[in-house]
Amino acid sequence: MTLDIPGSGATPVLWKPKRQFNQRIELVVKIIFATFALVSVATTLGIVLTLIFETFEFFKEIPLWKFLSDARWTPLIGSEQFGIFVVVSATLLTSTIAITVAVPLGLLSAICLSEYATAKARSILKPLLEILAGVPSIVFGYFALLFVSPIVQWVYAKLVVVLEPMIQFVAADFEFPTMGIFNALSAGLVLGVSITPLVASLSEDAIYAVPNSLRDGSYALGATKRETITAVVLPAALSGIVSSIILAISRAVGETMIVTLAGGQEAQTIDWSLNFINPINSLQTMTAFIVQVSLGDAPAGTTAYKTLFAVGMTLFLITLTLNIFSFWFVRRFQEKYE
Amino acid sequence: MTSNLQSSAPISESPTFKVNLKARYKVDSFFQALTWLAVTISIVVLAILIIDTFIDGLPRLNSADGIWQFITSYPSRKPEQAGIFAALIGSIWVMVLVAIISFPLGVGAGLFLEEFATDNWFTRIIEINISNLAGVPSIIYGLLGLAAFVRVMNPITGGSSILAGALTLSLLILPIIIVATREALRAVPDSIRLAGFAIGSTRWQVVREHVLPMALPGIMTGMILALSRAIGETAPLIVIGAVGYLRFIPDISKPIEAIRSGFTVMPMQIYNWASRPQEEFHTDAAAGIIILLIVLLTMNSVAIFIRNKLQKSR
Repeated sequence: MTLDIPGSGATPVLWKPKRQFNQRIELVVKIIFATFALVSVATTLGIVLTLIFETFEFFKEIPLWKFLSDARWTPLIGSEQFGIFVVVSATLLTSTIAITVAVPLGLLSAICLSEYATAKARSILKPLLEILAGVPSIVFGYFALLFVSPIVQWVYAKLVVVLEPMIQFVAADFEFPTMGIFNALSAGLVLGVSITPLVASLSEDAIYAVPNSLRDGSYALGATKRETITAVVLPAALSGIVSSIILAISRAVGETMIVTLAGGQEAQTIDWSLNFINPINSLQTMTAFIVQVSLGDAPAGTTAYKTLFAVGMTLFLITLTLNIFSFWFVRRFQEKYE
Repeated sequence: MTSNLQSSAPISESPTFKVNLKARYKVDSFFQALTWLAVTISIVVLAILIIDTFIDGLPRLNSADGIWQFITSYPSRKPEQAGIFAALIGSIWVMVLVAIISFPLGVGAGLFLEEFATDNWFTRIIEINISNLAGVPSIIYGLLGLAAFVRVMNPITGGSSILAGALTLSLLILPIIIVATREALRAVPDSIRLAGFAIGSTRWQVVREHVLPMALPGIMTGMILALSRAIGETAPLIVIGAVGYLRFIPDISKPIEAIRSGFTVMPMQIYNWASRPQEEFHTDAAAGIIILLIVLLTMNSVAIFIRNKLQKSR
């Protein structure tokens, strides 16, 4: 053990506390640990500085207005166009589909776990949802491409067979476009399932934290259980629920493997055919573009390399905005109970 | 609502409040069924996902020979001869390095924030920063790794190497380890610390001899969960240049050269197979996923085992 504690058999007379020595050790340890804690600050600084530096280099070559106004995204092909909204809209499309799936599924699951499920059911169901949350995104990507996408394609083909004659009755030369194996819909659906546990577990924490006195008060007024949940419990837990949803959106925006594998790599053009927001099309999200460039060869200093960071910067700004909004929302609307 | 409820009038006459209990209970049971449906859907999807992967991948792993061949073979142009050996070894190398790098950093930072720091602007900045980092997409860490570890620190890391990958993943899981460490430290009762101070120990002595040993099982659980997050990560490693086709493994007798060599990991190999058009490679991808899931399951079981042991000893 430590040096300043009397060993067995030693007389107290021999023991001399080394106070100064120990205080010095204490200071050294404290400084080392503080340095370790600073690594996280350095990480943030590193991320922000590299993104700013390379994005700055990027805008030296490509003017900002071109970045914001081009309707096409072809940074790797000869006629280079850098319309960032092509990849941003693709990301927004998959995220929208995902959140449409995840919010009802996650929120209802949270209500079920915290309000309806017995303690025993809860102790089984919660770990199962945690397993779903722990499945690596590459596995979801495989599932989206090779299981969900064929099913979605099949359903779409059946729908076309039924709907096409009906519409052709009105507009004779109308034809549905065909759906490829890579499509935004399958990617978005699986992305939604993958972020459902996040919504469920964070919302459940918020709902569970609502004190029972609020529920009892509502029952005393004659409300049923469902009325109590929707009119009293959910509003009381609103800040937690909203922040869980925003966190899920931010996760969906930054998710890579599912949208890369199942969404494909086809950057659509922004025009009035609205192909860029049609979920049956293949598309290229921001993250998928980063993967595409990374898999190819992009030596430092080339435009492709700098584009990587310009897209990364856009992605970072979007998720940062979402995080700050969530932070603000919780501060503004959090209900405090004793 | 309250303005409509006049005590003199019968409740049923209120224009906004219908007493009709039967109809309201019907809505109630419908709503309850809906919530159960939501939970069921999530769990059914999980079941389908696992069953589908096993149906796809088991033909590749249907015999002891098949499993052995798959685990010990390098990737190949011929899908039936391809295996996950290089990726499995790569994952082990990366995980060991990540553990070595992130454990002292994460636990040290957690100890500082929980035991040593006073509440001032310095600690508050670090705390806000950590919660912000948890919300940064993993692919952004990949971009940081590409610029910092692959390019700037090229003389040390040797470019797109195991070391560069491990450093990137360490930064990625650092917030998880710090949070887990702080929770484990908070669970140690204050009486332990006070008793230590009372016999004249310094804070570091108390932490080293009493607090840290008591918090260690909790820290280890968090550490394993963080590592199981890292082992499934693909995106940041693609960005820093992991390859999907590698026909050698690092030489363990020369560790310095080994960690500076090019690398692949299991999720990367799975991605490579899944993105090929030939169906036989999809079977390989499914088999790879099964191996990955088994590794993950083992890691999580160990974490749960440690947690349960901890709870019993309390």
